[in-house]
Amino acid sequence: MQRSTLGLVNIVSTTKRRTIMAEFLSLHDAVARYVEDGATVAMEGFTHLIPFAAGHEVIRQKKRDLTLIRMTPDLVYDQLIGAGCVKKLIFSWGGNPGVGSLHRLRDAVEKGWPHKIEILEHSHAAMACAFEAGAAGLPLAVLRGYVGSELPNVNDQIKFIECPFTGERLAAVPSIRPDVSVVHAQKADRKGNVLVEGIIGVQKEAVMAAKRSIVTVEEIVDDLNTHPNACVIPGWAISAVVVAEKGSAPSYAHGYYDRDNRFYKEWDAIARDRDAFTKWLEENVYNAGGQS
Amino acid sequence: MSLEYTSAEMMTVTAARALENGMTCFVGIGLPSEAANLARLTHAPEVVLIYESGTLQTKPDVLPLSIGDGELCESALTTVSVPEMFRYWLQGGHISVGFLGTAQIDRYANLNTTLIGDYHDPKVRLPGGGGAPEIATNAHEVFITLKHSKRTFVKDVDFVTTLGFGRDGKGRDGVPNIGKGPTRVITDLCVMKPDPETKELVVVSLHPGVSREDVIEATGWEIRFADQLESTPEPSAHELEVLRELKDRTDRKHAGEV
Repeated sequence: MQRSTLGLVNIVSTTKRRTIMAEFLSLHDAVARYVEDGATVAMEGFTHLIPFAAGHEVIRQKKRDLTLIRMTPDLVYDQLIGAGCVKKLIFSWGGNPGVGSLHRLRDAVEKGWPHKIEILEHSHAAMACAFEAGAAGLPLAVLRGYVGSELPNVNDQIKFIECPFTGERLAAVPSIRPDVSVVHAQKADRKGNVLVEGIIGVQKEAVMAAKRSIVTVEEIVDDLNTHPNACVIPGWAISAVVVAEKGSAPSYAHGYYDRDNRFYKEWDAIARDRDAFTKWLEENVYNAGGQS
Repeated sequence: MSLEYTSAEMMTVTAARALENGMTCFVGIGLPSEAANLARLTHAPEVVLIYESGTLQTKPDVLPLSIGDGELCESALTTVSVPEMFRYWLQGGHISVGFLGTAQIDRYANLNTTLIGDYHDPKVRLPGGGGAPEIATNAHEVFITLKHSKRTFVKDVDFVTTLGFGRDGKGRDGVPNIGKGPTRVITDLCVMKPDPETKELVVVSLHPGVSREDVIEATGWEIRFADQLESTPEPSAHELEVLRELKDRTDRKHAGEV
């Protein structure tokens, strides 16, 4: 367990413990410690900085019955689903961006392979608001959303409330409070303070909404060299920092490497076929040792 | 002068012409993105393009494969978080046009990107709503572009992911703080607009060489035609040149050649 230090009072909630700085762990140890079977896990990234290395480690450690949350589940969630790690998926857009379907997700939803998964779907606006509300310690998010959509008919977590001031009918969704959030970022300093640059998605919100968090980074530096308004997550707000070079490939890390669009296209053929997928997983994840 | 062009190019050019300088456009990936950038590179250099990944006023040199390509961020005025994008910029009322694609559309311009078949036993599972449900209601108006076929243009969508005008055409009536909804649908055959009274989509303009029968044949309901049916202007040589260069650059980039 993490301890409150220096007598700091935990004002956020009883589930959050503040530390002086994030602990530096290996990818193996961070996943082993913080991602438990049955946990609710958000591995965020909006096309950019998707935590592939951490996702593969979750597959290698054969975590089971996870409830996965993400606005835009893409290849790494397809892989986790196909590998049998997932019980439930909460999402707002599940596809291979610019290419087509996630075939492992579809196979699980349509045919129950490797097992049936439960899905709960939202819109992007609702999930973004729900992450923000989670970070703000609120029980719900309110938005002008879902008007005329049939998503509320199939997702009982979408409700409507009346504004107490204007009477306007507004949508409400529960805030997102993952057991653990996992994000990838460009760099951390030696105290574990993390800099996220480029398309920042909901990464900061995901970390702040979660009880525990793992941030994988490309490198550790002496000085983050930021400007005053940069997106920096203080080390004391993070549970574990892990160095995972190329940790978001085949997605990209702004300033480090480009998105491997070719692989995203190749994935379509791999994921369409159960055998091809299983073989890919064997060669590229199970037998790939540490990072892949 | 007669130019050679494909029906897909006709669609993109027509969709691009719907955008003007002074508009702030929330851009969907795929066909809308192609049209929006063509507009920016031709007649509407001041159009402001916004993508849901948080990239504000972006000017990509090549079309993004995904909504969050680095190109969008590098060429943007600024990049904000996704909650800020949806809350301040979209819900806050700063978007004049939401430009969307879809898998299925019905006669009241409702959009389905969720699934084909029954929700609990889907025949085909589609990616889902993404940003569309709130783009379609919080933007001042909505343009939709997609290829015309009986599979995509259905009488009633299997699932209303995103509101056009509802299953009875009255889905926006009496709702406060809601945009006008779809004002035009641009396909590879024609341009449609909602009837001012019933909100049912009506063909207002046929692309050159396209007959009424072609549209009837590709539409899953008894499609109506405006009394004053127009002929969509052909693409210009300049528009075609800019579009083809843009697509060539894009293909080379995504094939990893540049």
